[in-house]
Amino acid sequence: MKVSELIPLIQAEYMTPSVSTDKEITCGYTCDLLSWVMAHGDEGMAWVTVQTHMNVVAVAMLSEMACVILPENIDMDQDSLEKAEEEGLCVLKSPLSAYAICGKMAAAGIPAEN
Amino acid sequence: MSTMIHAVYPVNADDYTCAGEASADIKRKLKQLGVDSKVLRRVSVASYEVELNLVIHSDGGELIMDVDEGGVTLISRDVGPGIPDIQMAMREGYSTADEEARSLGFGAGMGLPNMKRNADDFSIESEVGKGTCITMRFNLA
Repeated sequence: MKVSELIPLIQAEYMTPSVSTDKEITCGYTCDLLSWVMAHGDEGMAWVTVQTHMNVVAVAMLSEMACVILPENIDMDQDSLEKAEEEGLCVLKSPLSAYAICGKMAAAGIPAEN
Repeated sequence: MSTMIHAVYPVNADDYTCAGEASADIKRKLKQLGVDSKVLRRVSVASYEVELNLVIHSDGGELIMDVDEGGVTLISRDVGPGIPDIQMAMREGYSTADEEARSLGFGAGMGLPNMKRNADDFSIESEVGKGTCITMRFNLA
């Protein structure tokens, strides 16, 4: 599934409009401990987190993730969003909870790992 | 073996805004060299963890990368409190990170184990009250 297809599925708002949503999502994950995510993050991952600071962008980029999803309409810092656009990282904001987002991704066939 | 890249990155204590920039540059340089994506991922994880350790725990330090034909060497050297019990620090889940680091999602006690898991060779030396030096080697298959 592409990021562009995930956006309507989780009723998301797209926070990084200058970045293409053509990226393929190959697996999903949720966790808010960045070190934990560094250990388990993977290429093509859609990562759901309530963390919104600059290091989220660094972790997602270093792991070559497809996108970061903020649940429950949490806003990301402006600086982090600018950094995400600069690095070409897709950031989505959804009104749904992390649990509901993962449920929808799983039901749509996105696996837990590549 | 001849050195292909030698790069030194100063890392400031408590600078969470710039944290990750050294690792991003290391990744960019290795990608340009055409390093295999699996090796690239392992270096990225380890360099980010060690960079964050400098930010969280040290009083400042530097990250040094040397690339030769056989592989990548990453050295992290800092001035800081040092690690009194390295064996304890190497345990997953053990962390001495402060409240600020934890509130940002760090301090899960995964840093050093993550580095060791991702590097082909890992060594750590530390002197209490002076600082810590970590050396990691990644073989280019």
